[in-house]
Amino acid sequence: MMEAQVLQFLQWFWNLFGFWDSLWSLVGPAWPLVWTLLKIVAIVVPVMLGVAYLTYVERKVLGYMQDRVGPNRVGPYGLLQPIADGVKLFMKEIIIPTGSNKFLFIAAPILSIAPALAAWAVVPFADGMVLANVNAGLLYILAMTSLGVYGIIIAGWASNSKYAFLGAIRSAAQIVSYELAMGFALVCVLLAAQSMNLGDIVRGQHGNYGMLNWYFIPLFPMFVVYFIAGVAETNRSPFDLAEDESVIVAGFHTEYSGMSFALFFLAEYANMILIAALSSVLFLGGWLPPVDIAPFNQIPGLFWMLGKMSFILFLFLWLRATFPRYRYDQLMRLGWKVFIPLTLVWVVVVAAWMQTPYWLW
Amino acid sequence: MLENYFPVLLFICVGLAVGVVPLVLGRLAAPHRPDSAKLSPYECGFEAFEDARMKFDVRYYLVAILFILFDLEIAFLFPWAIVLKEIGLFGFLSMMVFLGILVVGFIYEWMKGALEWE
Repeated sequence: MMEAQVLQFLQWFWNLFGFWDSLWSLVGPAWPLVWTLLKIVAIVVPVMLGVAYLTYVERKVLGYMQDRVGPNRVGPYGLLQPIADGVKLFMKEIIIPTGSNKFLFIAAPILSIAPALAAWAVVPFADGMVLANVNAGLLYILAMTSLGVYGIIIAGWASNSKYAFLGAIRSAAQIVSYELAMGFALVCVLLAAQSMNLGDIVRGQHGNYGMLNWYFIPLFPMFVVYFIAGVAETNRSPFDLAEDESVIVAGFHTEYSGMSFALFFLAEYANMILIAALSSVLFLGGWLPPVDIAPFNQIPGLFWMLGKMSFILFLFLWLRATFPRYRYDQLMRLGWKVFIPLTLVWVVVVAAWMQTPYWLW
Repeated sequence: MLENYFPVLLFICVGLAVGVVPLVLGRLAAPHRPDSAKLSPYECGFEAFEDARMKFDVRYYLVAILFILFDLEIAFLFPWAIVLKEIGLFGFLSMMVFLGILVVGFIYEWMKGALEWE
């Protein structure tokens, strides 16, 4: 339906210039491929814009929480600040240190950004609004988010700088530790949903009681663990030991500059938005309205999805403004001695609960 | 079935392109004036004494090994979790035996101090 409308619009647009026939003879045979590419662009561009404006919102929120106004010079209310930052990074020299492994040094940021974007392929934004409706959606997400650690560890190794190296091993140990807690939390969601398809997981949360049917009610501890593990996975404050500026300068990206640094930055924020999207899909009912009655279920699902994502992203910023940085031993203790036992127990609790008639979800 | 994954493959290629293109453009648009001080590793103002790939704490290896164990366990839990309603009580009890053995291992490593960072 949507496809036909887009085709019609393209035909109308290019006919204004009289190009349509020659264009279609070129594009026509490969139309399914072009259509998929257009859909990918329709995901990547909003994600990139989201990343740009998340940095702006972050600085504004942190500013107001610290009784300042944040960026307000470039454009009205500072709204062009992310554009100015982007242009500045773009015009900066890309430095490749002499001691580094040049190939790995350049490959690392690409290995960071590619999985951070590719994971979006299976995220449903509204009912049926998903690029690839695959059965193993959650497995694919887990695979892609796990690949992100390669970018970091390769960056730290290839830089041949002590700060980068220390940042990379710290970060790798932290990410793999919290990935375990995250994995166990996902197992609980799978138990409740009985499917790995993200769309089916959201549909499993649809019921007569609105938000009481969402999985954050029976899996509340898992929701909290998933969110905190997400903060740790993306190296965000208060778990940002990988780029602990007062101890190891900038961590794994100490030696990066210009666009090669910008890619790490983009990857971190794209991952934050991804965690927000996944928290909404897995625990907060995705595109479903909080109460299934007249004014609320008239609003398009995309609106609810974006609203829930914004809420989670605000929590990310709020945490950063509130908490001091963890010490490394506290970080590892929280991951291994609190989260892993807690999530293991909750897997057993949910599985046992499902054997009784009292499982209502 | 498999053609569902074609957009995923295409998306990975687009992701790689989003990584490569800014680097190439940045290299073309930005200045490129290397000198030996600029290209030396960051080391608070002095020359680096030795190679940066130094010895590091063995506990990082331990974390990596434990991670592989537990991640495999999660990989086993995934297929079990999505069919638990069909396999019922028998499936539940079998997995509890498996988890029980792993928990014994977890308690052992905890008592051995493998999780201590001080």
